[in-house]
Amino acid sequence: MFGADRGFVDAGAAVDARTVLCCLCGVGMRPNPSGMCVECVRTQVDITEGISKQCVVTYCSQCERYLQPPKHWIRADLESKELLTFCIKRIKGLQKVKLVDAGFVWTEPHSKRLKTKLTIQKEIMGGAILQQTFVTEFIVEWRMCDACARTAANSDQWNACVQVRQKVEHKRTFLFLEQMILKHGMERDAIGIKSQPDGLDFYYAHRSHGLRFVDFLGNVVATRSRDDKQLVSHDANCNTYNYRFTFMVEIVPVCKEDVVVLPLKLSKEFGLVGPVMLCTRVSNTLQFTDPVTMRPIWLDSEKYWRYPFRPIASAKQMIEYVVLDVEVDHSTRQGKLVMAEVEIARSSDFGVNDTTFRVRTHLGNILQAGDTAMGYDLASLQIVDPELEKYSGKHRAFVPEVILVKKSYAESRRRKRERGVSRPWRLQRMQVEEADDAPKNRGEDRMAQDEEQFFQELEEDEELRAQVRIFKDEQAINANTYIAGADDDDDDAPEVPIEELLDELTLARRGDGDEEEEDLDSMQE
Amino acid sequence: MAARHQFENSNEIGVFAALTNSYCLAAIGGSENFYSVFEAEVGGEVPIVKASLAGTRLVGRLSVGNKHGLLLPTSATDQEVMHIRNSLPDEVFVQRTEERLSALGNCVACNDHVALVHPDIDQETEEIVADVLGVEVFRQSVAGNVLVGSFCKFSNQGGIVHPQASVLEVDELSSLLQVPLVAGTINRGSDVLGAGLLVNDWAAFCGLDTTSTEIQVIENIFQLHHADSSKAVRDIRASLLDTLV
Repeated sequence: MFGADRGFVDAGAAVDARTVLCCLCGVGMRPNPSGMCVECVRTQVDITEGISKQCVVTYCSQCERYLQPPKHWIRADLESKELLTFCIKRIKGLQKVKLVDAGFVWTEPHSKRLKTKLTIQKEIMGGAILQQTFVTEFIVEWRMCDACARTAANSDQWNACVQVRQKVEHKRTFLFLEQMILKHGMERDAIGIKSQPDGLDFYYAHRSHGLRFVDFLGNVVATRSRDDKQLVSHDANCNTYNYRFTFMVEIVPVCKEDVVVLPLKLSKEFGLVGPVMLCTRVSNTLQFTDPVTMRPIWLDSEKYWRYPFRPIASAKQMIEYVVLDVEVDHSTRQGKLVMAEVEIARSSDFGVNDTTFRVRTHLGNILQAGDTAMGYDLASLQIVDPELEKYSGKHRAFVPEVILVKKSYAESRRRKRERGVSRPWRLQRMQVEEADDAPKNRGEDRMAQDEEQFFQELEEDEELRAQVRIFKDEQAINANTYIAGADDDDDDAPEVPIEELLDELTLARRGDGDEEEEDLDSMQE
Repeated sequence: MAARHQFENSNEIGVFAALTNSYCLAAIGGSENFYSVFEAEVGGEVPIVKASLAGTRLVGRLSVGNKHGLLLPTSATDQEVMHIRNSLPDEVFVQRTEERLSALGNCVACNDHVALVHPDIDQETEEIVADVLGVEVFRQSVAGNVLVGSFCKFSNQGGIVHPQASVLEVDELSSLLQVPLVAGTINRGSDVLGAGLLVNDWAAFCGLDTTSTEIQVIENIFQLHHADSSKAVRDIRASLLDTLV
């Protein structure tokens, strides 16, 4: 069909009368640039030349997806728009012609054949445009995609293992790490995550995934790592080696609210700070604050591992004190901290004896008379630290009797719990497998205790909260509305403001990648 | 009868040869075949001259002529002009023109009585054409093309013009030239008629690609087959009589 005989449309009505003979068949016709009638042009020119009439497409029958080379798999129904687009993209030589129409020719669903009917236009012989319809057949070749092959074969086939360890008694660091991992989607590449006595094992299919994870950990917490490889198999002819890689990542065993004695050399490096210091912040660097002088120091992991030390007391050893009197020294303000001299008594001593302590604390702007506070009773703790003994002579260390760490909200929390008010938020959890040989002595209640402490930390620490994603718990919110005085502000226990909560989390199982991603997208909004 | 012919694998024989009622010019090619075909078809009637013009073989496009004369471009060398003049019959005038449009074959189309010329050709050349070729000259274009020599071809018997020429235009040209005209193609749909076709009053040559339909059109309009066809009719009649008797 000659669509546009450009150049001789303008001659008016007389044009239609003129005829020339087709140079091949001699039939009278309107003159056109090729000098032939339509039928003869058809016999002479095949505009579908160079366009593939038969193609092969790869299809994974397990997940019902088609391979979009080089390695993208797309899901498309039979006779769908997506499949048509996919098929047209696979036809070679369509760039040189104009595609006018496309559709499917019906084929038996089990025939492993797809047929598309395409109509194309192309300019031929001096400006005539020829249109032609043709059918391209696609042979559907079945091949398992990598993901299916992996699940079908051996799902826990790993090549890299990242062993994350922290040699402390609690799991709070790992609870925090879990949230960071989920927030940054670092768990997606992992084939399996296994809980071990002192930490977690992450299994990966590729070494690069493992390396990426090690890098990620190094950015989140202070770590040191080493890697080893084990030869699995080796092909001498091809000179190829098949290794399994193991990355050992050790997290600094100092957590927030721990009390440490700095090694003498480290203390000297910072100009004889400390040596008894309180760990106030943990990220990929550690922040220690001297509770007596309020002087903060920052320690990166490199420096830590040069002079490693362990805490002399950690959160479990904290006891509760009652603040009797506060004398704030406003001249010492440093950031948010204000030095104060407080008079305190152990809560356990209350009503038993009249033992009180006068201590200096950095919590001057937080504590008020009548508050309760958590702190370390260093006088009664048995501090066994060889480093402390090095501080002698002119470097004699000052060890305070009591170090107050934070204000305690235990009472108001207890009152709230009694009323049945639950937290209106929750966190996403990672699927962690218990190691087969893990000792079972670590009780559920210990874990629950760690979790509770981590939740409290989240409520109290705004900066920590900013780093993790917290979701609304609609159920709990609904339940709380029926409890009288649930939102009474008579108690001062910190809460996560409702504006900070992300919308309800629809937990999807791992592996249903697409849905999960959609949920995450909606949550970002 | 129109003969299919080619010059060194090119269908455009009108570029390499010129044919009139009184002589034929043929380019000097690598092979004698080109020349011998003319020799076989028209050798008895007209002299066939092997020639070059301006050192090239494009004798058909650079020159224009009829029974009365031959016009050569200014680029033709003295020696070439001398050779042609010596080879042609004495009554044919050979003349060089100082025309800016030196491809005279493309710019002028003529038979023995009338010529169409390019609208932009010199007044002086127009007069020379009229004088040397002994024709009436019209400045014309064919189907919007100014190269009348390329896009139409006519003898004293008839003519063929560019396929895109309208009916009105064909009628106008026909009354101008006083010969029947038809729109047609040569060389399997090519519209460059002057290059694909050599014709005089009794013989025609066309490019090797020319289809039988095109040849039929050419033979009809140039009235080339009437002698043959009468013979054919005689043959048919004889055979019919045979079968009847």
